[in-house]
Amino acid sequence: MMKKKCDKCDKPATIHLTEIIDGQKIEKHLCEDCAEAEGITIKANIPISQLLEDFVLQTVGEEEVSTAAVTCDVCGMTFSEFREHGQLGCPNDYEAFHEQLLPMLARAQDGNTQHVGKAPRRAGVAQQKQIAILRLRSRLKQAISAEQYERAADLRDQIKRIETAEPERASE
Amino acid sequence: MTLSDLTQRTSEWLRGVGPMHDVVISSRVRLARNLAGMPFLRKCTPPQQQEITDRLREVILSANLAEGVFYVDVAAAGTLDRALLAERHLISRQHADAKHPRGVVISGDETVSIMINEEDHVRMQVLRSGMQMHDAFEKINRIDDQLEQRVDFAFSDRYGYLTACPTNVGTGLRVSVMLHLPALRLTGELDKAVHAARDMRLAIRGLYGEGTDAKGDFFQISNQITLGRAEEDIVEEFLTQIVPEILNYERKAREALLKHNRVEIDDKIFRALALLRSARRLASEEMMALLSLLRLGINLQRIDGIDLKTVNELFLLGQPAHVQKIHALRGGQEGPAATLPADERDEIRAEFLRRRLTEP
Ligand SMILES: [Zn+2]
Ligand SMILES: [Zn+2]
Repeated sequence: MMKKKCDKCDKPATIHLTEIIDGQKIEKHLCEDCAEAEGITIKANIPISQLLEDFVLQTVGEEEVSTAAVTCDVCGMTFSEFREHGQLGCPNDYEAFHEQLLPMLARAQDGNTQHVGKAPRRAGVAQQKQIAILRLRSRLKQAISAEQYERAADLRDQIKRIETAEPERASE
Repeated sequence: MTLSDLTQRTSEWLRGVGPMHDVVISSRVRLARNLAGMPFLRKCTPPQQQEITDRLREVILSANLAEGVFYVDVAAAGTLDRALLAERHLISRQHADAKHPRGVVISGDETVSIMINEEDHVRMQVLRSGMQMHDAFEKINRIDDQLEQRVDFAFSDRYGYLTACPTNVGTGLRVSVMLHLPALRLTGELDKAVHAARDMRLAIRGLYGEGTDAKGDFFQISNQITLGRAEEDIVEEFLTQIVPEILNYERKAREALLKHNRVEIDDKIFRALALLRSARRLASEEMMALLSLLRLGINLQRIDGIDLKTVNELFLLGQPAHVQKIHALRGGQEGPAATLPADERDEIRAEFLRRRLTEP
């Protein structure tokens, strides 16, 4: 496991910051001394935006390289890409990264990993179908970029068919 | 409704009324949602982002959610207009600064705004003046129901509403209050509020400026837990446990100031008023600090003839984009030239405040 060095000196960096300046993401890795010299103090309270960043970073050290390569086969998101940006690529990522996300979620959500709140009133599109549509959409995206227009049209039809089938829709 | 019309009036949620308005400026509730069968924003192509924007705009506008709703194509709006919307809390700073296709639907009274393609496909919020969290929650819940009759949101039985960032997953609910805590700062007891919030796993941050180093003594407190609790419980816990405690600290501190430091506090309040009435240049930070003291003076009944609504309004109208917009509307230049140098902006701000606070 490689440790990141401080941006300013050779000591290991223990403080990792991500700042968004003019839409540009700037990462800083500092040791405590250099952080203090820069006027950065570790605040007792953590803004929400930092929360994810923090728990993502906390887990980096504990992880094996193989984990970073876990990929969502629907949208192509890798776990390391998620860790870097803090945002998932598609709803299926919650399944694809299930093992990796679970401990993070537990930490960020006070130990909770099961939703108990509101659910959509009508049945809507079943979960498996949501994923099927997502999968078709990612194929559609590839087809368009490869200029396979016939295939794209076919995929569009398939998406439409699933979206409008909705037999399990509750009559409300 | 145009954006220029907005600068002519105050947002409904800044009226300075509602329960606990001496400390609680406003209550806010927001829900994060994503369309089922669509990738999250990060993995969307620009045409997909456009498709989401168009579809949601149509769905939201046709849902009859509130009086006088209008749509702003944020991607097409100018820098100043985007900053203006952000200052009025109708869109977030990220949403203002992003580059991709996006928009916002706003109700006529500005209490409802629904951002399209922020971090999630849908970020809807309801703002209310003072402590009106239940009211705000009921409203947003109804809006969510109405939208759910028209579109499917990504949802799993295990994780609830699926969001781009796992810190919002589950309910997608964030409740927050904007608090004015000048007495706690003056008495050096802000830590009390910070610790109380932290013990409850709530986030507290300065509304303007970073961390707890808040400009103008405004703080926003919000829940962090979104998963594993029912929406009503999140709201209830927030309302009954944390807010009254901090409110109580602030009110006690105000009483203590009046009792033990009356002259000192009067001196601060009346100096602030005098500066606001005579300064020829006012930077926004200084303005925030002075208005904060003025607001305290009104709440402590040291000052009469100026109401809370006016002060709340000045907080908003004195923000940089508002100053420029007002200047432009008064016959200054519009367009790119509207980006005034800071000095000039400070002059316009000072003149504006002077007039508003000296006119009978
Ligand atoms: Zn260093
Ligand atoms: Zn995915």
